[in-house]
Amino acid sequence: MMRDWEVVIGLEIHAQLATQSKIFSGSATAYGAPPNTQANLVDLAYPGVLPVLNARAVQMAVKFGLAVDATVARRSVFARKNYFYPDLPKGYQISQYELPVVSRGTLKVMLDDGAVKIVGITRAHLEEDAGKSLHEGLAHASGIDLNRAGTPLLEIVSEPDMRSAKEAVAYMKKIHTLVRYLEICDGNMQEGSFRCDANVSVRLKGEEKFGTRAEIKNLNSFRFVEKAIQYEVARQVELIESGGKVVQETRLYDSDKDETRSMRSKEEANDYRYFPDPDLLPVEIDAEFIEAVRKTLPELPDQKAARFAKDFGLSAYDAGVLSASRELGAYFEAVVAGLSAGHAKLAANWVMGELSSALNRDNVDIEHSRVNPLQLIGLLNRIVDETISGKIAKEVFEAMWSEGKPADAIIEAKGLRQITDAGAIEGVIDAVIAANPKQLADYRSGKDKLFGFFVGQVMKATAGKANPAQLNDLLKKKLGGGGHA
Amino acid sequence: MHNLFIGELAERLKNRQISSVELTRHLLSRIERLNPALNAFITLTAERALADAAAADARLKAGERGPLLGIPLIHKDIFCTDGVKTSCGSRMLDNFVAPYDATVVARLKAAGTVMLGKSNMDEFAMGSSNETSYYGPVKNPWDTGKVPGGSSGGSAAATAARLTPFATGTDTGGSIRQPAALTGVTGLKPTYGRVSRYGMIAFASSLDQAGVFARSAADAAAALQVMAGFDPRDSTSVDAPVPDYSAALGQPLKGLKIGLLREFFDGLEPRNAALIEDALNIYTGLGAETREVSLPHLPLSVPTYYVVAPAECSSNLSRFDGVRFGYRCENPKDLLDLYKRSRGEGFGAEVKRRIMTGTYVLSAGYFDAYYLKAQKARRLITDDFRSAFEKVDLVIGPTTPTPAFDIGAKMNDPVLMYLNDIYTIGANLAGLPGVSVPCGFVDNLPMGLQLIGPHFAEAKLLNAAHQYQQATDWHRHAPRGYE
Amino acid sequence: MSLTRQDVEKIAHLARLSITDQEMPVYVSSLSSIVNFVDELARTDIEGVLPMAHPLDGQHQRMREDAVSETDHHEKYQRNAPAVTAGLYVVPRVIE
Ligand SMILES: [Mg+2]
Ligand SMILES: [Zn+2]
Repeated sequence: MMRDWEVVIGLEIHAQLATQSKIFSGSATAYGAPPNTQANLVDLAYPGVLPVLNARAVQMAVKFGLAVDATVARRSVFARKNYFYPDLPKGYQISQYELPVVSRGTLKVMLDDGAVKIVGITRAHLEEDAGKSLHEGLAHASGIDLNRAGTPLLEIVSEPDMRSAKEAVAYMKKIHTLVRYLEICDGNMQEGSFRCDANVSVRLKGEEKFGTRAEIKNLNSFRFVEKAIQYEVARQVELIESGGKVVQETRLYDSDKDETRSMRSKEEANDYRYFPDPDLLPVEIDAEFIEAVRKTLPELPDQKAARFAKDFGLSAYDAGVLSASRELGAYFEAVVAGLSAGHAKLAANWVMGELSSALNRDNVDIEHSRVNPLQLIGLLNRIVDETISGKIAKEVFEAMWSEGKPADAIIEAKGLRQITDAGAIEGVIDAVIAANPKQLADYRSGKDKLFGFFVGQVMKATAGKANPAQLNDLLKKKLGGGGHA
Repeated sequence: MHNLFIGELAERLKNRQISSVELTRHLLSRIERLNPALNAFITLTAERALADAAAADARLKAGERGPLLGIPLIHKDIFCTDGVKTSCGSRMLDNFVAPYDATVVARLKAAGTVMLGKSNMDEFAMGSSNETSYYGPVKNPWDTGKVPGGSSGGSAAATAARLTPFATGTDTGGSIRQPAALTGVTGLKPTYGRVSRYGMIAFASSLDQAGVFARSAADAAAALQVMAGFDPRDSTSVDAPVPDYSAALGQPLKGLKIGLLREFFDGLEPRNAALIEDALNIYTGLGAETREVSLPHLPLSVPTYYVVAPAECSSNLSRFDGVRFGYRCENPKDLLDLYKRSRGEGFGAEVKRRIMTGTYVLSAGYFDAYYLKAQKARRLITDDFRSAFEKVDLVIGPTTPTPAFDIGAKMNDPVLMYLNDIYTIGANLAGLPGVSVPCGFVDNLPMGLQLIGPHFAEAKLLNAAHQYQQATDWHRHAPRGYE
Repeated sequence: MSLTRQDVEKIAHLARLSITDQEMPVYVSSLSSIVNFVDELARTDIEGVLPMAHPLDGQHQRMREDAVSETDHHEKYQRNAPAVTAGLYVVPRVIE
């Protein structure tokens, strides 16, 4: 049934900007302070107070704009979005409406299959975050904490360019990577520093106009985004196919029940009465300001990926994975630097393979990896100089991870050094052959497959330490005869 | 003592002929005796005043000098005063004690002034007669059956009644100049951005401006000197040098070009017109040249104002929601009930009317027809003034169409009430400075002459007003019983 | 144009103002007369004029350095609050 339906998704991402103070006041933005201890008179909307704009928030917005090749508005305007809610002290949110600071950008997003998709960014505007309503332990009441009120947000609005939940997640991950590269947002989703609203609609394939969309609010994990969209798509398709109509509304994703449900409470009076905030004048950003910000731009993910592919001969996919975060890229480059030329691919395989799976398994982030780049170099050099085989290396890596000892120490302690002495290997081969006359006969009578049996027996006898290449040659010689392999 | 001007008081304080404490006691006793008939105060801060006065006397004794050191004043109850009730004339804030000082209050405090109290005002400064105050109407000392004008009616009445040498006020559509005219005192509304709005409870942010009531232009100049200047807490305060206003008062008016606003004189009540004519003769006598100028779009100013001001107020007053401060209704049954009843019961009729007008003109489908249209008209009116000031230095006209009217006369016709502001609103829309000075009487009630200047022309404006007051004595007349 | 009772009820709800049944007719008529009055604007043709949102037209927003300048005074600030528990402002349960 999904076959003839097309899914249309646009995302509104709210990224908390990593400033020290709030966007319109001198209160701290630190997370987790006791209730209302970081809410000053301006944040509390006390009578008579006025907002004063934080320059850093504007610089960060411009930085983002430059990173997505967007237009940075020379003149942008703060407007008031009027609605009543206890976590919104002024009864309006200072946001940008008609003239946002950033507009018309684009972002390259790599999908799982390695295909690249260009997603349009409609706009990114500055606004203030609201406070929080807490319900625990209050009978029929809510408690309002305004510490978060006034924290600067960059709202990044995409074009409705995504066509599946997976694409939406890939886009969101790319934005997440980008804001962390730019150091304008810590990306911490548990603390709500990076969250997302998804506009979801469906239409029959080939249909020109969009279907009616539902907006799913406050999705704070990649998994939730994916699951919420999947649920919402199924809901809309079912609804339409059973003769119903999708209504434009705001919905909330319930991760426990894994469903979205309507949020009428916020719908009813949805006339925001935007108008320019008379307490703030238009923000002017001149070429000088923009150039100053441009100088602070780091190497961006796409640039890093291109460099990895070119300099290290990595596939576009590997290069993409290794540049997904500044830290991962730095780790990889450190390892490559420690190896003799031509082993970048080896480094890539290990960083994306053993290392990444160990990190995921024990979920530690790469800055706190139990095996640091130098230690990994120590291990990989033993593969390069054939002290150990790749197979043994995996065993050594596990030991390094759990015991925190360097590779050589473990190789010595466990005596995992490879047997490269031909005589020693021949000795073992002779013993194996002598012990398996039947298999020898069968092999010689043409059962080539048995070659593997002998390899296995020798490895077993040497606890896997025999140098595989040497073993191969010697074994061929010894078995001789039918070995028309 | 209460008839002395600020300069004279400062002189006597300096020479130790009087002490600030004596002056303060004298005024407090006048207030005790005369205010009951006027209702000019919402809060009296007698002990605080005597403490301020003692501190000022100590500074004077230590040899410190300052034009306002030891001089008493009254603050309009729209200015936040740390530790003192700040009601804005509303039930909504009847229980509100500001935890900080407005910049205007802090500057005047630092200059050594003595706060006698907080003056009565129209609720949230929305009114032209001081009848919308939760604390009851203020009476005009010239005739207690008449209104003092509004919204800064308490400050105006108290200054006219010689209960204070000067008082702060705010002017969003004429709220300083109109009551100044109706009570026979000098009222100055500075250029928008000249004086900080921080700590001044907002009515209409793009129109509000703090100013002063005094008994002479010279006194107003001394007060403005301290109040004016850039404030990093107010993004709309202008970072421009503050001239020496008092020093500028000596300028002869020879060659000053004064424009007569044709639109102000069309259909002007003859006795009012005659007073303006007399004033013009004084000015020509002082060497000024007069010529007629026109503001063709001025007729649009009142409707423009009554779109812009309510629109901004409807948003500015959303913070009064019964959650963090101010009035909260009895046992709300849910959140919506909390909002609706706290605001419905906490705000008076005129405030609710303006919030609803503003909500309407900003709402979907009406924004372009009203709010956006008003913004366009606002530019046309501003451009009219600009081109007028290419021909003349100042423009002149009446401050109000009529003298003070009877209490209750216009209360149930909002539009009729709004038309009081016809001559004053233009300056607010364009952000221009304006001053009203007493220029005579109609039916034994004072009338005001209004001077409006280009942006930041306060010095020129105050000098023109001062020269007029050197040549006339209208500003020296005191209401009977308050001499 | 004049407003109906329904118009005024809708506006009052948007503005979160309770209006009693006795007050309602007064607001309907006074708001209608105000709207009639400002309709003069809607009637005048001033298209093509650039809207002016602020008297400081042409000036631009000043920015402050990103620095924490505030300290905790929540106890002082909450003395004005109608209901506080454990540092939180208390309101009737917010339903989402
Ligand atoms: Mg949004
Ligand atoms: Zn937003």
